[in-house]
Amino acid sequence: MVRVDGSGNGSSLVRVRGLDKKYQRGSEEIHVLQGLNLDVDRGDFVAFMGPSGSGKTTLLNLLGGLDLPTRGTITVAGDEITHLSGGKLTTWRARHVGFIFQMYNLIPVLTAFQNVELPLLLTRLSKSERKQHVETALQVVGLGDRMHHYPRQLSGGQEQRVAIARAIVADPTFLLCDEPTGDLDRKSADEIMDLIDRLVAEHGKTVLLVTHDPVAAARAHTLLHLDKGVLVEAHRAGSTAGGRN
Amino acid sequence: MAIPLNYNLNSLRVRWSSTVVAVLGIAGTVGVFVAVLALAKGFKTTLVASGSPGNALLLRGGSTSEMSSAISLDQEHIIEDAPGVARDSSGPLVSGEVVVIAPFPLKATGTDANVQVRGVSPKALAVRNIKVVSGRFFQPGLDELVVGRNVAGTYSGFDLGNTVKFGGGTWKVVGVFDAGGSAFDSEVWADAHVLNGVYKRPENNFQSVTVRLTSPEAFQHFKDTLTSDPRLTLDVERELEYYDKQSRALTTLITVLGTLVALVMGVGAVFGALNTMYSAVAERSREIATMRALGFGTGSVVTSFVFEALCIAFVGGLIGCLGVLPLNGMTTGAMNWQTFSHLAFAFRVTPPLLVGGIVFALIMGVAGGVPPAVRAARARIAVALREL
Ligand SMILES: Nc1ncnc2c1ncn2[C@@H]1O[C@H](COP(=O)(O)OP(=O)(O)OP(=O)(O)O)[C@@H](O)[C@H]1O
Ligand SMILES: [Mg+2]
Repeated sequence: MVRVDGSGNGSSLVRVRGLDKKYQRGSEEIHVLQGLNLDVDRGDFVAFMGPSGSGKTTLLNLLGGLDLPTRGTITVAGDEITHLSGGKLTTWRARHVGFIFQMYNLIPVLTAFQNVELPLLLTRLSKSERKQHVETALQVVGLGDRMHHYPRQLSGGQEQRVAIARAIVADPTFLLCDEPTGDLDRKSADEIMDLIDRLVAEHGKTVLLVTHDPVAAARAHTLLHLDKGVLVEAHRAGSTAGGRN
Repeated sequence: MAIPLNYNLNSLRVRWSSTVVAVLGIAGTVGVFVAVLALAKGFKTTLVASGSPGNALLLRGGSTSEMSSAISLDQEHIIEDAPGVARDSSGPLVSGEVVVIAPFPLKATGTDANVQVRGVSPKALAVRNIKVVSGRFFQPGLDELVVGRNVAGTYSGFDLGNTVKFGGGTWKVVGVFDAGGSAFDSEVWADAHVLNGVYKRPENNFQSVTVRLTSPEAFQHFKDTLTSDPRLTLDVERELEYYDKQSRALTTLITVLGTLVALVMGVGAVFGALNTMYSAVAERSREIATMRALGFGTGSVVTSFVFEALCIAFVGGLIGCLGVLPLNGMTTGAMNWQTFSHLAFAFRVTPPLLVGGIVFALIMGVAGGVPPAVRAARARIAVALREL
């Protein structure tokens, strides 16, 4: 179940309560998130839409522990991350979050293999175990034969698939995708969305996806709109809001 | 676990051209630093090599160098009878000596430079363990010269059999000796009595007395005996210590001046490194933010960028050291300031100096790397991720 009215019970994987985020720009104060509530269960696939500047990236950054809210709480799998100190938050991110960015954010001087291995360097896995995990992740995204290519030797779609492999390799609690298809053509975008679909359906991943693309958003189980600093459920044809396929 | 080192190594390889300034700055600084210390080291080594461990040098009490000292022949006789003095078939191995300075034309330029001329006892060779390598030693009582091998090579007119004029006398060059790279190689030797006569100095007067002892251990008893003798007021030193002291003033001066220059250059080199590293951090702010998002801590980021700065510094240090390595053994002349005579000595680029150069480079690397690394680690992730 996905809820936006703060009525979720204690069992949700992600629980957001009264989330406020204000930015200071000069003397001007921008109130981006205004008492936002959200409950997401394990295995959910949620898409967020909203006009540019509505605060979608801000919300994902807060959910992923990259930034701290002005007010409110975020609880993930029982951990209240809004109270964690910098160092603890870093450790928490390494264990629980898989990020997928619009610009892929691969490290250009490292190969696909080395990029995907990065999150595993923060685990206790041995070198051979890491190798095994990296190869599996790259095979899941269909790039088993491109392991030793550098990002510049890959197409945009392939780069994003490496980024997805990097996001899933350490088996995080949830995936946060900020416009993962925003820089891709239709065909590559569809392939990426097919992949994310499979991660949810076959691997049971929990995915929170920000997108401007209605086609991509249509893949999600639940579509939410960010409007005036809070989330509202969108009503779509052919699907029950908040339901599961 | 830390950010992998190949991240930094590959980054350096990709953007090597932007590190050139930093590398060269550090290389130049380290080069100057090592070269100056090698110069000081070479000077000191040459002077200290002049002393033998089993020799004692005696000066008049309170004298700081041979130039300001005087010892009479009577005193020399007392010294000869002291315990611990080595002997051979010709008697005690003691050399009463005088020094003068005389100008001779340099082969290279034709201009005059000062040479230290030492009047010695006929036993000087045995006292100092020095060998004549061509010709022969002077005959006592004759106006004859033997010259150190540097003198023979550096000044004109010292070919065997030639005559040279100085001090109002005419001298015949009869031999060349090899003093094993010590300061004596830059000296000209004559009979002390003859030299005193030519220079119209009081006969039976020396400036210093050098004694070969039966062993280095015999020194203390030898010294105690002479210093407690009421007829004498002499300073008794090991020859090694005397030359070590003689080298100290110039060695210290070179070292201090050279270090100052290296420090000033070092400040410039650190700014070069800072500049390179700040721009590296700025260019890679999104990469850094991505690493932080993946869960690498601020400590990892600092370590990573300091390591990168250290790589730059290490390469710079290595280039600096390799650059001055050819100087090793290269001979130069310098004024021996104690006596204002020309002393030839060689740069001595020793392994400890090279290690010192690398350490200096790494210190510059840390100074140039830490502030940018801290800035990299401090950047706010959410803000940096928005940058393209
Ligand atoms: N660090 C910041 N300082 C000041 N204002 C900021 C900062 N980050 C974001 N903002 C502002 O907050 C608002 C929300 O930004 P955000 O990036 O979350 O929007 P978005 O919905 O992701 O937009 P887009 O669809 O264009 O990516 C914008 O008005 C933006 O200018
Ligand atoms: Mg955005």
